[in-house]
Amino acid sequence: MAGQLREYRRRIRSVQSTKKITKAMELIAASRIAKARARVAAARPYAEEITRVIEAVASQSNTPHPLTTGRPQATRVAIVVITSDRGLAGGYSSNALKRAGELTETLRAQGKDIELHVVGRKGVGYYRFRGRTINGEYTGFSEQPSYADAKSVADALISSFVAGGEDGGVDEIHLVHTEYVSALTQTAVANRLLPMVLDASAGKSSSTGPSSSGGLLPQYEFEPSAEAVLDALLPRYVESRLYAALLESAASESAARQRAMKSATDNAEDLARTYTRLANRARQDAITQEISEIVGGANALASAS
Amino acid sequence: MPIRVAIVSPEKEVWSGDADMVVARTTDGDLGVLPGHVPLLGVLAPGGTVRVKTGSQEITAEVDGGFISVTRQGVSILAETATLSG
Repeated sequence: MAGQLREYRRRIRSVQSTKKITKAMELIAASRIAKARARVAAARPYAEEITRVIEAVASQSNTPHPLTTGRPQATRVAIVVITSDRGLAGGYSSNALKRAGELTETLRAQGKDIELHVVGRKGVGYYRFRGRTINGEYTGFSEQPSYADAKSVADALISSFVAGGEDGGVDEIHLVHTEYVSALTQTAVANRLLPMVLDASAGKSSSTGPSSSGGLLPQYEFEPSAEAVLDALLPRYVESRLYAALLESAASESAARQRAMKSATDNAEDLARTYTRLANRARQDAITQEISEIVGGANALASAS
Repeated sequence: MPIRVAIVSPEKEVWSGDADMVVARTTDGDLGVLPGHVPLLGVLAPGGTVRVKTGSQEITAEVDGGFISVTRQGVSILAETATLSG
């Protein structure tokens, strides 16, 4: 009886120390969401400006450029998957990997070869376990990405895109990341990074001419030339899109972790409560038994005398 | 009539405000922008500086590569790294 009581007490202690850890992780994740959200907002002016500029250039320049028009026969495509470095974030990484799997199926069905670029240790582990070739892996910054990190991912992609599918590079770049919808919802999404998906409205305004488009996309002069500007824009565009995706994913990762840790903390509380009840009952049973033993012993003595 | 100027790097907006003139070095040479300049898109030279004149004072920013975009609405300097100096 006393042994059982001791066992319950031990479990309560263990559950409570687990709860302290999950609670701490929950609080850290919560503060990181706010930080990541602020950085997403800080990165927005640059990203918006660069997209606007590219749309303006693309709608004016008549020379086909791989950045905007793409290559007629896409044979090899790159998929960039953004996952987390650490676990304990609910379904965060597995949702992104699932989305990447669907995208891979679709592209394979179109007869395209896939090249994998994986961000985050969880994704690297996933593909390595399945024996898939990983063409690029980038780890160690999933929670707090910097622009330099985005650049390191973009560099390999850009040189491979510039080379083109026939020369061992790629013709398209697809990106799978997790969008932060709200603190409760994060969805894994797949987008095509290159060639650019141009806004339909931007194309329309250029065909009607700048005078009737209300000055939305001004007729630019280029220095040194439209092609040179586009060439210089390509890497900046990829970097800025990747950086935005990394930040958004970092916010999602923290949100997913916060939610997972919150339910772990709640669960620990429930367990501690259950074990406390069981321990109390075990203690009460032990006392009752002791009393009945004493009473029984006393009665036996009394009847013997 | 002043022009609206914004110097932005990927991580944050470095500086923004109204200015009388902007001087930047593009790959083709120095370029001065006054109010009413035609829309222009230029590639900035690596390791150059951008000077922004506002009334009495002058703001200098070290920019490493990037673009200058001039529109009717204003001037944006898009730089990979930009730091204000002086």
